[in-house]
Order: sequence, then C-alpha cells, then structure tokens
Amino acid sequence: MTLMLRTEGLAKTFTLHLRGGMMLPVLSGIDLEVHAGECVVLSGPSGAGKSTLMRSLYGNYRAEAGRILVRHGGEMVDIASAEPRIVLAVRRETLGYVSQFLRVVPRVSTLDIVADELITRGRDPAAAAVLLSRLNIPRRLHDIPPATFSGGEQQRVNLARGFIAGHPILLLDEPTASLDAENRAVVVEMIREAKQRGTAIVAICHDAEVRDAIADRLFPLTPAREAA
Amino acid sequence: MTLLSARGLSLRFGAIPALVDVDVDLWQGEVLAIVGESGSGKTTLLNVLSGRVTPDAGHVFYRDPHGLEHDVHAMPSPALRTLHRSDWGFVHQDPRQNLRMNVSAGGNVGERLMARGARHYGNIRAEAIDWLTQVEIDASRVDDLPRTFSGGMLQRLQIARTLVTHPRLVFMDEPTGGLDVSVQARLLDLIRTLVARLGIAAVLVTHDIAVARLLAHRIAVMQRGRIVETGLTDQVLDDPQHAYTQLLVSSVLQA
Repeated sequence: MTLMLRTEGLAKTFTLHLRGGMMLPVLSGIDLEVHAGECVVLSGPSGAGKSTLMRSLYGNYRAEAGRILVRHGGEMVDIASAEPRIVLAVRRETLGYVSQFLRVVPRVSTLDIVADELITRGRDPAAAAVLLSRLNIPRRLHDIPPATFSGGEQQRVNLARGFIAGHPILLLDEPTASLDAENRAVVVEMIREAKQRGTAIVAICHDAEVRDAIADRLFPLTPAREAA
Repeated sequence: MTLLSARGLSLRFGAIPALVDVDVDLWQGEVLAIVGESGSGKTTLLNVLSGRVTPDAGHVFYRDPHGLEHDVHAMPSPALRTLHRSDWGFVHQDPRQNLRMNVSAGGNVGERLMARGARHYGNIRAEAIDWLTQVEIDASRVDDLPRTFSGGMLQRLQIARTLVTHPRLVFMDEPTGGLDVSVQARLLDLIRTLVARLGIAAVLVTHDIAVARLLAHRIAVMQRGRIVETGLTDQVLDDPQHAYTQLLVSSVLQA
C-alpha cells in the first residue's frame, strides 16, 4: 500500500509566555505511518495529545521537532518545514481536516459553504446539495447560514465540507461526537467509501462502536506531561 | 516568484522607530495581513510598501507582468503613479480619501477605467454598472453622488473603483474599520470572494484578528516597528509563538 503520511520524531511543546514561560510538553518522538485506504484512530486518555497531533499534521500547530511527510502529488512534502503557500497547496489538493466545531464566514449559506469547496477547485458544485441531503440536512435548510443550526447539524455541515473535495488524506476530529445513531451510520458509511477509494484517514473517536467500525488499527498516545 | 518583496526597511519619525529592519515577501494571489496594535507601524509599513512614504533604509521590489523587477522607491514618480492607476489599488479606511464626492458613483468607477485608456462611453458605463452590482449597489444609483450613500455603501463603492481595473496587487488599510458589525460581515465576504475570484494579491492592515483570519493566507505580527512573528494565518493565531502574539490572541473577546 502507498505510504501517504509519515511523521518522524515529531515533538510539540507549548511555551506559555504569559505564564512566565511555562513549558507544556505534549508530544515527543511520534512516529506515525498511514497508508492509502487505511484508517488509523488515535487513542489515549483526554490530554494525551490526540488533537494536538492532528492539528500538527494539518500544519495548524507548529511542530517543535521532527518531520511530517505528506504525499502531495508525486512527492513527500514536509509540512513541518514547508513554506505557508506550500502548506496551503497541500491543504487544497491533498490534506482535508474536519475539525470538532464548525467555523464559517458569517451570513454565508450552508450550501455555499460546501459548494465553495468545489467551485474553488473548478468543479461542478451540484454534488454539494446531494452530500448535504445524504447527511440529512434537508433542502429547505440549504439556503440558511448554519449559525442557528443545532450542534449535530453544524457537525454534519462540517463533515460535508470536509468530505466533498475527496482529499487523498483526511483528518477527522471526533466526526460523530454529537450525532444520533442514524447520522452516525451515514458517517461510518462515508468513511468506508472513502477508504475504498484509497483515502488515508487519521481519526479521533471516543465512541467505541464507531471506532470499531472504521479503525484498521489504533495509534496509542500517552500523556507526556511533567512541566520542565 | 514573489510579486512584491521588501528587504531591510527602516524608518524613524524623530526618536520613534516606525519600522525596524522589516522584510516582506508577497506571492501572486496571496493575501497577507499585517496585525498589531495602534502605533505598531502597520500603516507606515503599508505606505512604504506602496511607495507612498520613502524609508530611511531598505528597498521594495515589485515584479511587473513582464517579469521585470522595479525598485519602487527609485521609480520616477510618473511611473509610480501609472502603477497605482493600473497594476495596483489602494483601499483606504475612509473611502472619502479615494472617492471624488462631487462625481457620480458610476463616474467614480469609470474614472479609473478612463485613466487606463478606456474611451468608449457606453462600455465604460456598462462596466461601471456591472461593478456597482458586483459590490451590491443597485444599478439605479449609478448617477447618484456618493454623498447620498451610507458608510458601508461608500466603502463598497471604493472597492468597485479599486477593482474595476483588475489590479494585481491591492493595499488595504483597515477596510472594515468604522463600519457597523452587520455591514462589516457583508463587506468581508465581498472582499474575500472578489479577491479569490480575481486572484488578487493583497496586503491588508488590520487591528482586528478576526478580519485577518477570514481574509488572509498569511499573517505578520508587528510590535514597535518590528515583525515579531509571521506565518500561516491559522498557525499564528492558533499556536502563537511570540509573547506579544500570545498576548494579542488571548486578549480577543469571544463573541
């Protein structure tokens, strides 16, 4: 199987300047490999650094040490050291991320939020409405900005936006946390289909049932702790 | 290749260092936000980058569509004026600085086209109306004077006037400052959409971190005339490294 993502000796410590330079070590010596068509679920107790690792993989957090190699086009790009515009290109073409909470431009309609992902890639936006409907966001809500939606609805909009472009690598932070059983099943099915297409997936998922359904293997993290 | 690059910019106003050894690189189609509190040197940097203020030291290079690099502060002033009329645009916080208040809305937009050589009245008017519509000003207002417009409309008119010539590079100084929050949101979405669609590069000065997050690919944080941190917008805002950036980010009220 094609290697899609690999970290080598990845480390992350937060330095809190407003707390007298207090150091919070979260990750050290992380060596993770994810292949095409595989779903790796990050596991470990709260505070073990699962979200920090995921945000580092996306380039949202700056790695303190180590490399984050992502297969982008034909080559491996190191997210930890790449120029901002390269990271943006990797995010556009290769690396998708579904965060825990939806963050959008105020007053933009639900449909536009999802369709925009297709339009900016020069593709037909028609698929956006289909995917939203599949995630049980009915047509009558498509023209409304999601600000007034319930937590579960917002998460489904977030998932639609994350899945619509078909990135070869997907990072999913608690994709089913606030969903009911019916919608959980839809998301599990979408993840299965993505894997069949060869998408490499890294997920955080506390729901044991969903985890068992999507994970090919677990990647355990243990709290690093003890402030230096 | 970079569109605009600055090296070693320094400028003092008397005893006050407004810019200290500032480097900036801007790529085609890239939006760079310059953030920092009042007096940090943001607007001074914008004015130096756009050739409006001459630095004590350092250079600003602009690469034209033919790939030729120009030292902005060594250009003869007619050439710099031509650049400001064609390749570049400037959006001021106060639209009155850029608009001609005794010329109709359509005239304000058409004037930029004429300055670039357009002569056919019908075409100019049609394009002006098209741009008014793009910035959500009703076409029926084309012959009205800007003084009959609200603050938000004036700002949208200024944006139409600036973008009508399809500039490659736009400088924006607090483009949403002084507007109501509801007007701001609409204007931000408008700027975001137009800049992305036209592939315009922009340098945006703002003290509002939320504006930077929405519009910018990259962010530069200024404090006392220095760039103390720069990087991908979401990285700088979500994982700030410098003490001043951490203070700036942690001081923002959560709505």
